[in-house]
Amino acid sequence: MPVTRSEALELRSASDVVSVRQAVRTWAIDAGFSLVDQTKIVTAASEIARNTVAYGGGGTALLELITDGNRSGLRVAFEDHGPGIPDVQQALTDHFTTGTGLGLGLGGAKRLVNEFAISSKVGEGTRVVITRWK
Amino acid sequence: MNRIPILKLRNLLLVTIQVDMHDQLALQLQDELTTRISETGARGVLIDISSLDIVDSFIGRMISNIAAMARVLDAKTVVVGMQPAVAITLVELGLTLPGVRTALNVDKGMAMLESATRESEDVQAVDASHTE
Repeated sequence: MPVTRSEALELRSASDVVSVRQAVRTWAIDAGFSLVDQTKIVTAASEIARNTVAYGGGGTALLELITDGNRSGLRVAFEDHGPGIPDVQQALTDHFTTGTGLGLGLGGAKRLVNEFAISSKVGEGTRVVITRWK
Repeated sequence: MNRIPILKLRNLLLVTIQVDMHDQLALQLQDELTTRISETGARGVLIDISSLDIVDSFIGRMISNIAAMARVLDAKTVVVGMQPAVAITLVELGLTLPGVRTALNVDKGMAMLESATRESEDVQAVDASHTE
């Protein structure tokens, strides 16, 4: 899939989560998303970015504007080198949490995007890729 | 670090969230608001979120926590001004903010709090007259 623009952002602290949120908003506007679609991908990115910082010990967010035939989309890949998730299926279940959250982060984020991919290895890290098409 | 101002108006506390809050700021607001309810004996809390362009699970939890803590301290909470796109996203995310009263705007929220606090004062007055 052709990538027309990309940018990597650091995710180390709670204020980086805000920066990623704001960058995703700007890119979603540039991609021509409706307000509801902008809000959905920004909210999904916020959930995953928080996980990257809180559970993954920090990492990066790679934003990409992509095209596929005549449709365009926004893809965000989150990567950390943290402890990894032992049971990904369980982590995707609503109301499952190991932390202090509501356990809606991963499962909720998945519902807000068109494509959602997660891969994780214990001791190596986690990668989550979300895509929303215009 | 910036803070979110809490205004006192008669027996109500008013909060307008106008910044994109990071998590610590949200937690700080939760703590400060709870302290202010107890210090001032406020009967109602109005939180205006019309400037918030997203509410994710963390901010949603903060709103639910504030409402629950306020209830325990005998105060009512109303959240006003949620943007339609935020409401759509919130429900799809799986958050319905149970136990949180909402109103479309500040006017309606104030009216809701005023009638709710008046009712509970009436009940107290009736209780008092029964014990006389």
